[in-house]
Amino acid sequence: MIAFAFYLFAVSAITGGLFTVISRQPVHSVLWLILAFLSSAGLFVLLGAEFVAMLMVIVYVGAVMVLFLFVVMMLDVDFAALRGEMAKYMPLALLVALILLMQFVMVFGVWESNAAAESLRLQATPADRHNTEALGLILYDQYFLLFQLAGLILLVAMIGAIVLTLRHRTDVKRQDVLAQMWRDPAKAMELKDVKPGQGL
Amino acid sequence: MDMSIQADLNVILPEIILAIFAMLALLGGVYTRKDGAAPLLVWMTGLLMVGLAAWIATSGEGTRIAFHGMFIDDGFARFAKVAILLSAAIVLVMSQDYMQRRGLLRFEFPILVTLATVGMMMMVSAGDLMALYMGLELQSLSLYVIAALRRDSVKSTEAGLKYFVLGALSSGMLLYGASLVYGYAGTTLFSGIIQTALQGEVSVGLLFGLIFLISGLAFKVSAVPFHMWTPDVYEGSPTPVTAYFATAPKLAAMGLFARMLFDAFGGAVGDWQQVIALLSLFSMFLGAVGAIGQWEFKRLMAYSSITHMGFALMGLAAGNAFGVQAMLIYMAIYVAMNVGTFAFILMMERDGVPITDIRALNMYARHEPAKALAMLVLLFSLAGVPPFLGFFGKLYVLRAAYEGGLVWLAVAGVIASVIAAFYYLRIVYYMYFGEEGEAMDTNSSPVLWGALMASAAVMLLGIVNMFGVEGAAAAAAATLVN
Repeated sequence: MIAFAFYLFAVSAITGGLFTVISRQPVHSVLWLILAFLSSAGLFVLLGAEFVAMLMVIVYVGAVMVLFLFVVMMLDVDFAALRGEMAKYMPLALLVALILLMQFVMVFGVWESNAAAESLRLQATPADRHNTEALGLILYDQYFLLFQLAGLILLVAMIGAIVLTLRHRTDVKRQDVLAQMWRDPAKAMELKDVKPGQGL
Repeated sequence: MDMSIQADLNVILPEIILAIFAMLALLGGVYTRKDGAAPLLVWMTGLLMVGLAAWIATSGEGTRIAFHGMFIDDGFARFAKVAILLSAAIVLVMSQDYMQRRGLLRFEFPILVTLATVGMMMMVSAGDLMALYMGLELQSLSLYVIAALRRDSVKSTEAGLKYFVLGALSSGMLLYGASLVYGYAGTTLFSGIIQTALQGEVSVGLLFGLIFLISGLAFKVSAVPFHMWTPDVYEGSPTPVTAYFATAPKLAAMGLFARMLFDAFGGAVGDWQQVIALLSLFSMFLGAVGAIGQWEFKRLMAYSSITHMGFALMGLAAGNAFGVQAMLIYMAIYVAMNVGTFAFILMMERDGVPITDIRALNMYARHEPAKALAMLVLLFSLAGVPPFLGFFGKLYVLRAAYEGGLVWLAVAGVIASVIAAFYYLRIVYYMYFGEEGEAMDTNSSPVLWGALMASAAVMLLGIVNMFGVEGAAAAAAATLVN
């Protein structure tokens, strides 16, 4: 049963990946990519890594791919022209891919892990605690440094996006938070005592 | 707080200080919304980097390992960090005037350079494939952004985009290699990988992963055949950014290369030696031949850097401690030469507009004898003409290759350096014997002038004792290779 599920997910993941590349419509590509992500989430479930599987669904399918869909629909990119450009290099690319494929077959044909690898490998599903807890322990203890570095990398990405795209316009009135906070009724309003029958 | 985490944090204190400084500067910049403070920030960053370099150089003994082996602070890392911090500080300070006059000096620029430097420091201290990748990405991502800093220029944007796309591809290769190595070894720690690699024959899977890792890193040092991005990115980026690309990141990537090859795959020297030797051979020749047709100074420097990386890789290819020492000395000299050369390029202006065509240097020596003489020294040194310091750098790597049993590579290196001498000497020809042309601006900032003169002086005075770099590099190499 597990073997059947594995092959099912594996085949659909590869199919999804393949059609992502070869489908003509970019929107279809995105949808195929979603299939690939969902299938790999299924593979993670089979491995016992439920948390990563859910992350895959929520983050990749739920957020990233929706964003992708928007980008693809909003950008006016002529994919047919891009494809025409690519076709020039196709024979060479196919040759390289073929050679690489042969090498992969050769390597994976004789693939073996090191004898010590099994003991060195971290246990993905420890018996005494559940998946999410184990992941948290690794992330915040053993990989603490990497976790913080990832934060720095995201900070750089944010700074980069702002540096490259933000343009301060001088012709718009900007909100001044401090000025707003210091406003009080005395400054904001002028009370006039208007007598009946008289104008201002 | 836990004692062990306290000790770990102590080991990465220089990196923490630099990162926190960057974040504070960011807060300051955002809340004041002033790019006017950027020159001050540039100088503060430069001072901090120099201070940290002095601190790292004087403190720290032996090898300290932190974060479960992911971070290694040893003599090798300290040597590389001092060189990275010093060169980053000098290039940053050099860039201030140029960037400011062109309205490019935004306060994010020094911050991004600082964060890139943090990434480089992580790279040379990496003790794990994941730490390696994290450091590399932190550095690369910052560099992609500053390459495209002149966002209204098509060339600069193209440079940033090209660098980003190809960099992402190389990261993909690196990660694929890392996953294969993990699949074989069961761990991403260098200390664990070397254990598994030591046991008997190196398996095909491990070798396959290693090749992918080397490909990914070869991209970062712009070694042939992964060099295509270099000329375009060097040409398109603002010149100070190019100066930065050509110095600290190259050193960091070389340091990372050496760290990975020796710490993780030190037991399989015979397996990667030939790959590195081939990369070195191709880089030397392609860089030397490719630069001949270039009139654009920054493109020429790109090809020049490819050649120099070839020579530095020759030291690595030797596969022993002497080779690593030679590589470190070569890189230190290379960085010192490039700082001066780019100071000169930054001063090349006509009516305030930067000129990067080498033909504009016609009879430069008549108008600016001092600067022309300093540049002459630097160009001779870049070409490896004795008795300048660049010659001794080449001598070191050639000796390392010879002693490592790669005589053919050493011979090829000599031939390549003769070819490469042509285009350096052509610049000298233009400066001294060219035809009379339009004169260039003579006023220049004292910082650039000082950097050019200091760099030339180093090339001359360094031949006495190399300012102690020789001994420091030997000690650094000894901690890496044992």
